[in-house]
Amino acid sequence: MTATLGANPTIVLVGHGMVGQRFLEALAERGLTATHRVVVLCEEPRPAYDRVQLTSYFSGRTPEDLSMTDMGFIKDHGIELHVGDPAESVDREARRVTARSGLVVDYDVLVLATGSYPFVPPVPGKDAEGCFVYRTIEDLLAIEEYAKKARVGAVVGGGLLGLEAAGALKGLGLTSHIVEFAPRLMPVQVDDGGGAALLRTIEDMGLSVHTGVGTQEVVVGEDGSVTGMKLSDGSELATDLVVFSAGVRPRDQLARDCGLTVGERGGITVDEQCRTVSDPHVFAIGECALAADGRVYGLVAPGYEQAETAAATIASDEASFTGADLSTKLKLLGVDVASFGDAHGTAEDCLDVVYSDSRAGLYKKLVIGRDGTLLGGILVGDAEAYGTLKAFTGSVPPVAPESLVLPAGAGESVRLGPSALPDDAIICSCHNVSKGAIRGAVTDHRCTTVPEVKKCTKAGTGCGSCVKVLGQLVNAELEASGVEVDKGLCGCFSQTREELYEIVLALRINSYQDLLDRYGREQARGGDGCEVCKPTVGSIIASLAPAIGASGYVLDGEQAALQDTNDHFLANLQKNGSYSVVPRIPGGEIAPEKLIVIGEIARDFGLYTKITGGQRIDMFGARVEQLPLIWARLVDAGFESGHAYGKSLRTVKSCVGQTWCRYGVQDSVRMAIDLELRYRGLRSPHKLKSAVSGCQRECAEAQSKDFGVIATASGWNLYVGGNGGATPRHADLLAQDLSDAELVRLIDRFLMFYIRTADRLERTSTWLERIPGGLDHVRDVVVHDSLGICDELEQLMRAHVAHYRDEWAETVNDPEKLARFVSFVNAPDTPDPVVAFVPERDQMKPDLPLLSIGMRPAADVLEGSAQR
Amino acid sequence: MTLAPETTDLKVELALDGDWFAVCDLSMLLPGRGVAALLPDGRQAAIFRDRSGELFAVDNRDPFTGAAVLSRGLTGTHQGRPFVASPLLKQRFDLMSGQCLDDETVRVTAYEARAA
Ligand code: SRM
Ligand SMILES: Cc1cc2nc3c(=O)[nH]c(=O)nc-3n(C[C@H](O)[C@H](O)[C@H](O)COP(=O)(O)OP(=O)(O)OC[C@H]3O[C@@H](n4cnc5c(N)ncnc54)[C@H](O)[C@@H]3O)c2cc1C
Ligand code: SF4
Ligand code: FES
Repeated sequence: MTATLGANPTIVLVGHGMVGQRFLEALAERGLTATHRVVVLCEEPRPAYDRVQLTSYFSGRTPEDLSMTDMGFIKDHGIELHVGDPAESVDREARRVTARSGLVVDYDVLVLATGSYPFVPPVPGKDAEGCFVYRTIEDLLAIEEYAKKARVGAVVGGGLLGLEAAGALKGLGLTSHIVEFAPRLMPVQVDDGGGAALLRTIEDMGLSVHTGVGTQEVVVGEDGSVTGMKLSDGSELATDLVVFSAGVRPRDQLARDCGLTVGERGGITVDEQCRTVSDPHVFAIGECALAADGRVYGLVAPGYEQAETAAATIASDEASFTGADLSTKLKLLGVDVASFGDAHGTAEDCLDVVYSDSRAGLYKKLVIGRDGTLLGGILVGDAEAYGTLKAFTGSVPPVAPESLVLPAGAGESVRLGPSALPDDAIICSCHNVSKGAIRGAVTDHRCTTVPEVKKCTKAGTGCGSCVKVLGQLVNAELEASGVEVDKGLCGCFSQTREELYEIVLALRINSYQDLLDRYGREQARGGDGCEVCKPTVGSIIASLAPAIGASGYVLDGEQAALQDTNDHFLANLQKNGSYSVVPRIPGGEIAPEKLIVIGEIARDFGLYTKITGGQRIDMFGARVEQLPLIWARLVDAGFESGHAYGKSLRTVKSCVGQTWCRYGVQDSVRMAIDLELRYRGLRSPHKLKSAVSGCQRECAEAQSKDFGVIATASGWNLYVGGNGGATPRHADLLAQDLSDAELVRLIDRFLMFYIRTADRLERTSTWLERIPGGLDHVRDVVVHDSLGICDELEQLMRAHVAHYRDEWAETVNDPEKLARFVSFVNAPDTPDPVVAFVPERDQMKPDLPLLSIGMRPAADVLEGSAQR
Repeated sequence: MTLAPETTDLKVELALDGDWFAVCDLSMLLPGRGVAALLPDGRQAAIFRDRSGELFAVDNRDPFTGAAVLSRGLTGTHQGRPFVASPLLKQRFDLMSGQCLDDETVRVTAYEARAA
């Protein structure tokens, strides 16, 4: 490459999409960013983001979450990134690119990564207001905005993207139609059988599918916006919004304009090194390139391989791109669809092995060569085996192929563990990572967790479909290399919380000492345990109390000694040793009479009152001996413990909903109250919060809750794994349009599965991120009952609900328990002198200086401090 | 199974200036939990009983926060020795010596305790 004298040679990248970003990373990995000036022209208003996960925007991922560009990386490597400034022309003679802003850059190497544009069929009305495409974040924002005033939406095209778009429209509350010209859905990926299974499942979800018909015209109303579509069978479909998803075309205009060779059907023609056939200084990669094998690839994995190839070539390394696999796995509204290898059985003499159950929406086909080689396949409804099967493609699997497609439990079925795979099997096709590389990460690079391996190898950071297999491989490898990872709960137990839960449940152990003496670490047996395992085991025993024959009252017998201080006094300890009192106010709804009671009690005991962030009222500054007196009055007035102190259900917030709000579509207050009353008192690994919103405006902030519910026109959407706090996380959509009963059943299962498998102090958000398989796995377990444990989970929850009693009512009626609510065992009537207060803003606050006086030597401790 | 001695009539006593100061009935102490006692000079002690029936006492004041709350902490065994973890910021204190296990410069007063 020729360099401008005295300066580093310049590489100009046009297009900062997924493949462009990958190319930059490949340059950096090869040290080329140090030896070259790198200039990037990015047309979109934001740097590269994860287009593959675009649809997850509608389940709460923000544009920031989708970003793939670490600005630190750009800066550290001195990359000049021009956002919102597309290349407008290329002068190949002068080797010069001109951008829209007027910026002119001379290049030594030009790399085109301009991607594709959505193809819009030339039908009349296609440009009307209300017509959209589905490619960029801006497209999504526009669709979302327009959908607010729309009721019905139609998607033109029933391919992979069309289905995603239709699912998104439905999620936005629209009645959705899919119009597909071919006789089946996803015509490229699946065959007729797969299409039938898919059709059934998609229709069951309430989407209307019209196959075998074309769109002839978009009908436009007087105001110029869409009102419907004319179809080729003569019918008309009324719709307010149209999304075209009829395929993509390579963006090769820039290349055409400067005289580069393009294919007959588009695409910049390149050789095996991804260099354009017309100009050795110009490369093309990603969806805009027509590869040496004569194909334009519309998937990200081949694009990544091209990016690597181009970077290697620029670094004068040997690399080539000769073609790639078109395997895909898609998850649409919970339906798995996957195809891999020679899915349509085009090879000579191949055989199909098919398992199909259209009632259950299952269809699985394997294409087998004459010698038993697995050539490809299609999976609809259950793509569990995708990762393994794809990796076996091209070889003869070690077991009979039919056993791989039969459903679990059907006798012959076999689960092939990833350990059976050869080292060169590709586990992550997004990043082209082989099993050997993953093993190497564990053995040579000492990674001990899936997140570490992801970071080290990039495996699993693309579409995510390989994460499950990845987890299995990492564990297998760790065990094989004898790495002893102490997953134990604490110094007393070598088991995890989850294992202890299973032991307690299976053996019905309802005493901590018993558990410690039998299952604790050798040196801990017979001892007093520690502050980590006592509350953890206390919580497990409380969660399972009815099932294992323990008392449901957390202050009974030995259980009292296990509880954290807050649970022990059924109140929250404050910094000066006083307590706060939070009665339950289900759903945040409270009658004036009860408000008055709270006001009177607070006044009578001189408490500081505050409206909490959880839609209820907190009374602060109660001395320990006042707690029973305060609660006796609260219980009398019909209040119950709000469990503000427990690792248990806190609040179910509500918005006012349909009853009052002009937008509400369901009675969110009633649902919030029902849920709060159902799960109150449920002890769990960490606190649980919930909220119910009456429409998608989401005034109750349900998507920041452990389980959040948002009303839809036809029922409820359930979101799980949300979190505010230190590391906020938007909840993920678990299921849509549920009836009341379905909603409650799913939450029952979800919570019990969480309680069963989470680590101590692990909120649902971190749990969901940690457990192998993540949301997909949780959905499989709680929605599809893949482990066959849902009956048990529901039963456990029913037992909890049936045995719930208010622990404060129980306590105020038990003189023996009341005896512990004293400041001093030998002076029950003397208040703790350190607990004192000073006035502030019409109320009072802790006398904080008194606390520091308290830290001086004993003699002058209490002189002059105000007492209440 | 419990190794706790017969509890009727026994009193918990602390050694103060060479004398035994009676605090309460032994039955007031739940194994694994503490109580607070007001001492004649206005100080406070946190008294604990472990599962084998042994008694321990330290100053009730948490030196990290100033609040008199150590009696409300969770107890445990660390390398064979009993400790209490402050309920406020969770620092642990050895119940025999009063030494803070998480900060070697901090120690609370420890008292000798017995059941008699
Ligand atoms: C009182 C209140 C603040 C207020 O004045 O509004 C509050 C007070 C406390 N919060 Fe909170 N949080 C309160 C609402 C919240 C909210 C808002 C909400 O629930 O909508 C959040 C963010 C939402 C979330 O949890 O996802 C919140 C996130 C936290 C966190 C961080 C949790 C996390 O996952 O990162 C903690 C620390 C923890 O639990 O480990 C915490 C812990 C605490 C504790 C329990 C800290 C402690 O152990 O002393 C505070 C004592 C409560 C007391 O003494 O009564 N509080 N806290 C709110 C009580 C709500 C209620 O009615 O029960
Ligand atoms: C909703 C959706 C779901 C998808 N799901 C999957 C999936 O599950 N699996 C899969 O493998 N693939 C999937 N894809 C396809 C995948 O996103 C693409 O294959 C991938 O993004 C291609 O990367 P690229 O960099 O070639 O193009 P792009 O990511 O499109 O990037 C090209 C960029 O170049 C910019 N550009 C164009 N012209 C210029 C110019 N003149 N100057 C400057 N910049 C310019 C464009 O604005 C764009 O930002 C999906 C695509 C969509 C839209
Ligand atoms: S979420 Fe919807 S129904 Fe509830 S208050 Fe807000 S706008 Fe009204
Ligand atoms: S296969 Fe897509 S992330 Fe691994």
